[in-house]
Amino acid sequence: MELAFVLEKFILITVIFLVSLGVAAYSTLAERKIAGYLQDRVGPNRAGPGGMFQPLADGLKMFMKEEIIPTDSNKFLFIAGPSLALLTACIGSAVIPWGPNIILGGKTIALQVADINVGVLYIFGVVSLGVYGLMIGGWASNNKFSLMGAVRAASQSISYEIPMGLSLIALLLVTNTLSLKEIVEQQHGGNWNIIYQPLGFIIFLVCSFAETNRTPFDLPECETELVGGYHTEYSGFKMGAFMFAEYLNMFVASAVMSTLYFGGYNYPGIDWVSNLVGPIIGPLIAMAVLFAKIFAFIFFFMWVRWTVPRFRYDQLMNLGWKVLIPLAIANIVISGIVITVYDKFF
Amino acid sequence: MDQKPMNFWERMYFPAIFQGMAITFKHMFKKKETIFYPEVEREFSENWRGLHSLKRDELGRERCTACGLCALSCPAEAITMIASERQKGEEHLYREEKYAAVYEINMLRCIFCGLCEEACPKEAIYLDGPIVPADYLRKDFIYGKDKLLEDPIASDLTLNI
Amino acid sequence: MSVSLFYLVAFLSIFFSLMVILTKNPIHSVLYLIVTFFTFTIHYILLNAQFLAIVNFIVYMGAIMVLFLFVLMLLNLDKDSEPMKSNFVKIAGLIAGLCLLITLIGSMKSLNISDPVILKDPDIGLVKNLGKVLFSEFLLPFEISSILLLTAMVGAVLIAKREPKTT
Repeated sequence: MELAFVLEKFILITVIFLVSLGVAAYSTLAERKIAGYLQDRVGPNRAGPGGMFQPLADGLKMFMKEEIIPTDSNKFLFIAGPSLALLTACIGSAVIPWGPNIILGGKTIALQVADINVGVLYIFGVVSLGVYGLMIGGWASNNKFSLMGAVRAASQSISYEIPMGLSLIALLLVTNTLSLKEIVEQQHGGNWNIIYQPLGFIIFLVCSFAETNRTPFDLPECETELVGGYHTEYSGFKMGAFMFAEYLNMFVASAVMSTLYFGGYNYPGIDWVSNLVGPIIGPLIAMAVLFAKIFAFIFFFMWVRWTVPRFRYDQLMNLGWKVLIPLAIANIVISGIVITVYDKFF
Repeated sequence: MDQKPMNFWERMYFPAIFQGMAITFKHMFKKKETIFYPEVEREFSENWRGLHSLKRDELGRERCTACGLCALSCPAEAITMIASERQKGEEHLYREEKYAAVYEINMLRCIFCGLCEEACPKEAIYLDGPIVPADYLRKDFIYGKDKLLEDPIASDLTLNI
Repeated sequence: MSVSLFYLVAFLSIFFSLMVILTKNPIHSVLYLIVTFFTFTIHYILLNAQFLAIVNFIVYMGAIMVLFLFVLMLLNLDKDSEPMKSNFVKIAGLIAGLCLLITLIGSMKSLNISDPVILKDPDIGLVKNLGKVLFSEFLLPFEISSILLLTAMVGAVLIAKREPKTT
């Protein structure tokens, strides 16, 4: 491994990490602003112009607050919970291709940390690990509400991983590859996977709402029943870590959905534009397009949150096991038949 | 409560969800109801009860005679006062022979019911001020005469006895 | 580099698997088990078996251990409620453990040491090659194991299903 390669990856990782933290921080502001606008209010607007510095103020508040660790809690696991939640939220972005290769001084720089050939499965694995933080944190608090939240988080995440995985299988039948880079390259020229997998996309979307614990599936932390769910006992920065992890998860989920179903960094006329502006600006524009898609998804997440009420727990389980899983299996069967027939006769 | 079994269209969930989302999206472009309070104040109604003010008469003398009826009528027991006798030469300050040397209202206790206003025989207290501002310390919510008393009218009108 | 990394990871997996059985708290035990599985994942990656690595990651770390943790969290972990272990159980456990040890040693002795240097097909662990082998050469065992899983699933559904009310 040459030094330049290590340096390149190090810079890329740092930038991606900082950008995702920034996006997560500003998601908190966006959430409050969007909530305000949807409810005929204006949202926070005091800190800085239009409330621009509100995330900084919130972060500072989180740091300055008193950290309370309950006496009867398991101290090590109590601290490990939010740390794990933050960790698993951060590592998901490693395999997402953020843009086409940049050619800088005769050197090709990939805008992707790791192009592993099991990228889709890696995302899936990281998503399934995400629940540990909530479970450990909820259990270590030694509080019944927290435990209920943790148990709900676990069962919900397990239940919705299955239809998510099944909808991914149908997608893989179309793409024939597990590498995210190749999946994006295949969608070049308006050939987006949403056209081939509309049902699969809807299932994936619903499941990603459940996996990120967003309303209407935010039962692990629902205030009306469980006080705060798994983070009832948390305060200060550990509480902030949990909240941050949620927004990071949302960012990664949006990035994955744009990559898998909406062509990633592709946009109509990408070749024409990149011929026009050269090999450095072109990829950056493509990256901006990907981020625009991600922000659209984040907006969608928030829009749904402030529209749809929370599901009841039995409704959640019924939807997962009795609706989404059969639908996902049917989707696999139909996709398989269509692809086989298409390959045979055309 | 009787619930009709849902038909297929309703069981799809999605139409209803999209309907709801269309409604919330429309609200994004509606006029915002927010009033930016410290800069813009909302119009108060005519019988609005806000911060108390101790009134003066037309000669600029304090009307209050420290009878204690306001404190007696106060359901929240927010009013305390210490009465004192008017000395010679103070006739231009106090209208009655007895006056309130100390008059304090605890704004954290006050419920702005306006009973003190009704109880006052001298028309000395009115709840016609603005909203009581927020503060950091409890002691700063005890408003004395320095904050409650109406500003004296211009000095040339005051009676010189 | 690769060899020293292997020794480090191997040491870690043995250390954490020892911690699994040595810790008193069952929750800690499960968490150590998760870490052990994670070191296994690293082993698979070192062996260039990416698919196995990621499947180990998803299935064991992401699903099975979550369920383990889930069940353990619902248990009452007070010391008083622990059932008394009689001497008979202890002796039976000892005998069973010794039998396992003897079997392991016996099987280790009969193992042929494979050629460590040359792997016949170093890319066998990649998804494409593994899939080709599974669906051609080992199709029958693969399908039989899937039937086994299906049977287990049907059994689980049957157990979970509520008894129909006879009245």
